Amino acid sequence: MNITNQEHQEDLHHIKQMMERSSRFISLSGLSGIAAGSCALVGAYFAYDVISTSRGNILKTLDTTIYETSKTGNVSIESFMGNRLFVIAVVTFIASFLLSFLFTYLRSKKTNTPLWGSTSKRLFVNVMIPMIAGGIYLLKLIENEAYGLIAPGCLIFYGLALVNASKYTLGEVRYLGYCQIALGLINLWFVGFGLYFWAIGFGILHILYGMYMWNKYERE
Amino acid sequence: MNPIQHLNKVFDNRIRLGIMSALMVNDEINFNDLKELLQITDGNLASHIKGLEESGYIKVLKGFIGRKTNTTYTTTKVGEKAFKQHIEALEKMINSTK
Repeated sequence: MNITNQEHQEDLHHIKQMMERSSRFISLSGLSGIAAGSCALVGAYFAYDVISTSRGNILKTLDTTIYETSKTGNVSIESFMGNRLFVIAVVTFIASFLLSFLFTYLRSKKTNTPLWGSTSKRLFVNVMIPMIAGGIYLLKLIENEAYGLIAPGCLIFYGLALVNASKYTLGEVRYLGYCQIALGLINLWFVGFGLYFWAIGFGILHILYGMYMWNKYERE
Repeated sequence: MNPIQHLNKVFDNRIRLGIMSALMVNDEINFNDLKELLQITDGNLASHIKGLEESGYIKVLKGFIGRKTNTTYTTTKVGEKAFKQHIEALEKMINSTK
């Protein structure tokens, strides 16, 4: 009797596992979260450097800018500072994307699931919908020079993307999403401290989440 | 009543159980995705699919992606009901022996 009981329990376990594996992308690695979070912190450090030095030089810059603007007509403080911040943002994004891709690729080898299968495609589409909508919205904010709202916007739309994604991957992603949304909303009342909120959300929360997930699913 | 009679003979196999589980949570799945999920050979999968089809638990949907044929599978109402009963019977038997 005990042997059949154990078999039934294994059957139920097998059913649950097959339901999970066929509908969710389970190879998202915790190490990807840690890597992306670390990149975000390094990026935030460089961005802080740019912002604080340009604040110090603001008068100097102002003089030369006025001079240059009068000469060429298209150089402003925003573009002087914005270009460097933009480069930092792009480099940070590419580095964190490549590193998280690498760890998830290694994880998919271990769990024996395809990296680009029907579950990961579904996950990708559902992440991209809020992200693209958010990205366009943020570009409009930049165009309208509402720079203080960019960091909260990043956090809120990214959080929404995670909540949306949680149905198609490991369910814990939902709680990371809630935290990002909350952080973004709080940031709306602390405009000017965007970089700190950004570093907490994309840096520290990612690292904490990654460590939790690695400990729960991947530690051997 | 003995719950053992509710255990379905058709599901007395891990592969058929796996196929049904996956189809229960997805609208439809194609042959290659099922193969990848269950990690079995073409012939093995085909024979189990045939078994489930003959029981009337799943049905075959033939479509096209461009010019290529794309065969997908989905559960029937009868199949869903039978599978749910099978799970309930499994749970009952585990609980009764605890």
